[in-house]
Amino acid sequence: MPVIGIAGSRIRERRIDKGMRQADLAQTVGISPSYLNLIEHNRRRIAGKLLSEIGRALEIAPDQLTRGADTAILDGLRGAAAEMSLPVEIARTEEFAGRYPGWGNLIVAQAKRLASLEQQVQVFSDRMTYDPELAGSLHEVISAVTSIRSSASILVGGENLDADWEARFHRNIYDDSIRLAESSEALINYLDSSKADGTPHLAPLEEVEATLAKAGYHFPAIEEKGQAAIGAVMQDAGLRGAAAKTVLEAHLKTYAADAKEMPFNTFSSAAATTGYDPVQLATQFGVETAAVLRRMSCLPAGGEHPPMGLAVADSSGALLLVKHVAGFAMPRSGAGCPLWPVFTAFSRPNQPIRAEVTLPGANAQRLLCYAVAHPIGTIGFDVPQLLRSTMLVIFDQPQGVAPAISVGVSCRICPRDSCAARREPSVL
Amino acid sequence: MAKRVLLIEDEPNIIEAISFILSRDGFTVHTHENGDTAMTKVLAFPPDLIILDVMLPGRSGFDILQDLRADPISAKIPVMMLTARGQTKDREMALRLGANHFMTKPFSNAEVRDNVRSLIEA
Repeated sequence: MPVIGIAGSRIRERRIDKGMRQADLAQTVGISPSYLNLIEHNRRRIAGKLLSEIGRALEIAPDQLTRGADTAILDGLRGAAAEMSLPVEIARTEEFAGRYPGWGNLIVAQAKRLASLEQQVQVFSDRMTYDPELAGSLHEVISAVTSIRSSASILVGGENLDADWEARFHRNIYDDSIRLAESSEALINYLDSSKADGTPHLAPLEEVEATLAKAGYHFPAIEEKGQAAIGAVMQDAGLRGAAAKTVLEAHLKTYAADAKEMPFNTFSSAAATTGYDPVQLATQFGVETAAVLRRMSCLPAGGEHPPMGLAVADSSGALLLVKHVAGFAMPRSGAGCPLWPVFTAFSRPNQPIRAEVTLPGANAQRLLCYAVAHPIGTIGFDVPQLLRSTMLVIFDQPQGVAPAISVGVSCRICPRDSCAARREPSVL
Repeated sequence: MAKRVLLIEDEPNIIEAISFILSRDGFTVHTHENGDTAMTKVLAFPPDLIILDVMLPGRSGFDILQDLRADPISAKIPVMMLTARGQTKDREMALRLGANHFMTKPFSNAEVRDNVRSLIEA
């Protein structure tokens, strides 16, 4: 499909680059210069035979003139605009990204870097406020300083002290000075170890996701040795935070249990044979559907299997794990789009949902999603039912059995005005 | 009769220093170190002023302050909070829960003495 926002501008650029006058190009392809002028200013669509002729005259493949910008860049640019709340030509985002893909990538990369730095600041701030180890060390230091200051003031403040009191306050100052030295040293060691490898501090879930991404979400050692390999994998991961270690260990235990129920080679071929149908696979392996979705997301992409993303959420909407793949992204912080099946599955516990979705944008792919929400924890009277939803996103497998659901990343950068799920106006 | 000050704090050397300077200033100082049982101590023998540390073993100073303000016996007793955390939000929290004054560690002895005097005389 021709992309009106880009093709005309590209034709104009290419013509100018080749030093060709507008009138000459118009004559070559058999149209009036004024009509070509309208095309070059993106006021007329261009396709078919005329596009081919212009391409031939400009010595460029027609699809290079009409190819739209990458969806990820478009989303990234819109997201950057939303974050800064500055007046930008949002309506011309696609044209900009198409004409200047390098600059587009740069802006998106800078916006990501900015978001990452802001997140680090937040993590540091949270750490200063809530990190029990840091808070405890600082409390020790300040308590010792307070005590020393009070005792020393009494000793030098002209109080008429008898020898016993004087000795007591001297002893207190001595004890507190030792405590201060020890707590200061502990604090310095803590701060040193935090910055030793120079890597940025990440929130626990991000640290875990970074580890999983590095491993390609696939752990051959656990496939081979099961639970017994978890210790070695944990050691290789080298996570620093206790919270991240706990989250990763829980993930690996689930991974090992899934691998035991669905051995890799058997599962890999069964997945391909069934056309990646999670319900068939769940029946075949005698496991719950969510386990199949998790297992499918761990199949290495690039070979026989299509790329697959994963999102796991609890019923508060918090994302517990996201496997990002190109073209599929969910916001880690802030509220995402509630139309994603990972959230809609909460309304029908235990019932698998199949939905095809499309993201906004001219070049957005149609994605196939499978989701299911299962109860977790204790089930009983007077106990709140906890649910966990798991969604698998499969590329290159659209079935077209039902109209695609229009989803977004988040309201602020979603252009769908009439969406019933909209929480706040879009900046687009 | 000497005015009674109850110091709820868990650092023994800070307890000793504050007790000493306030005793020298004519106050009768009682001390208590545990957050869980602090309310029982207050209600058994209500003091004229409470100096309350935020970080205590058991219940926090903020929890105790809430209980103090909720009980008719202790609702009107002036409370001076001590904390090693000087963040604005802690100060705001203390004042919102009904503290009469908020002091950040490390403080000077003169500061403690002056604030205790002014709160008791108010």
